[in-house]
Amino acid sequence: MENISIRIQILSIAVAIIFMLIIFRLIAKGKLREEYSIVWILCTAVLLLFSIWRNGLDVMADLLGIVYAPSLIFLAALFAIVIFLVHLSVVNSKQHKQIKDLAQEMALLKEKLESKKDGSTSAP
Amino acid sequence: MKPCDREREMNKQVRIAIVIPCYNEQDNVPDLYREILNTDFPPRYDVLPVFVNDCSTDRTREILKGLGATHINLPVNLGIGGAVQTGYKYAFRHGFDIAVQMDGDGQHPPGELSKIVDVLIDDLADVSIGSRFLTGEGFQSSYMRRVGIHFFRRLNRFLVGVTVNDSTSGYRALNRKALEVVNEYYPDEYPEPEAIVLYTVHKLRIHEVQVNMRERQGGKSSIRAFKTIYYMMKVSLGTIFLYIRLKFNGKHLN
Repeated sequence: MENISIRIQILSIAVAIIFMLIIFRLIAKGKLREEYSIVWILCTAVLLLFSIWRNGLDVMADLLGIVYAPSLIFLAALFAIVIFLVHLSVVNSKQHKQIKDLAQEMALLKEKLESKKDGSTSAP
Repeated sequence: MKPCDREREMNKQVRIAIVIPCYNEQDNVPDLYREILNTDFPPRYDVLPVFVNDCSTDRTREILKGLGATHINLPVNLGIGGAVQTGYKYAFRHGFDIAVQMDGDGQHPPGELSKIVDVLIDDLADVSIGSRFLTGEGFQSSYMRRVGIHFFRRLNRFLVGVTVNDSTSGYRALNRKALEVVNEYYPDEYPEPEAIVLYTVHKLRIHEVQVNMRERQGGKSSIRAFKTIYYMMKVSLGTIFLYIRLKFNGKHLN
């Protein structure tokens, strides 16, 4: 039993570290903006914490009065996902407005440019 | 004010932009353009039709260019609200006194324009809305549409205490005070009922005028049967939240 437990612990630590490295790489390459990366770095930190602290889950579940400890994982994961999705919707809405403003500015400028061009060619 | 000043004031030209949002209206645009040019407006009107092509997939763009009409081509499809706002922004920046919104499908007869515009020229209102339902003349719209319109009338009366009989009517005129407001913010999708809340919260005077409307000459209404429920929910939510946002967050919309 002890052996299996250690194996899975090593595996989960490895996965957490690899995940963190991927996030750092993405930031370094400029493919992930820092404002979004904070969430992911926190996620990996939590992942890493619980892979090292083996009794952590049981202790936390006990503290919160949860009988079946693994259900705490699902609860926490669901919360995190929902919060992050709302955050993405907010970002999306902001970008929607920015794109609309840009499209309008561009269309108005193009109209100005074209009417100026027409005016100069038709003038005597 | 001296008498001659008053006379000059009376004869001053009023610059009016007719904002016509069009999405795939290639069949209607030439007729509408010609009809506007051939309409006998009062002599002090200086009318310019401004077509806003909302990234049509048909030949609307080429046709507008061929007609030599003033037109603004949006690079991406923004929907009716974004297109109308583009026209309003144009009117506001080019110093027009009044902007009139007119549908690109020929529902709104240019001959009725002076009815809604004169209210603004006489400074009786900041926003004037052409309504189908004040006296019951002209095309009256479908039964379902009327049920929806009735619902929004109630909602608006409940929220802002203003009764607008035809809150989905797109035949509207705005003066510069109102243009300044829509230059900053205008609702996106199905904007007409929401815009009434916007105007009221900004303390603009709204006036409704009876106009005769025609049945659509081509194309489909932007409100289709299977979208009705979505439409009702979107507009109700939009109206309520816009009201809350404007009322409790001050007037900062960004």
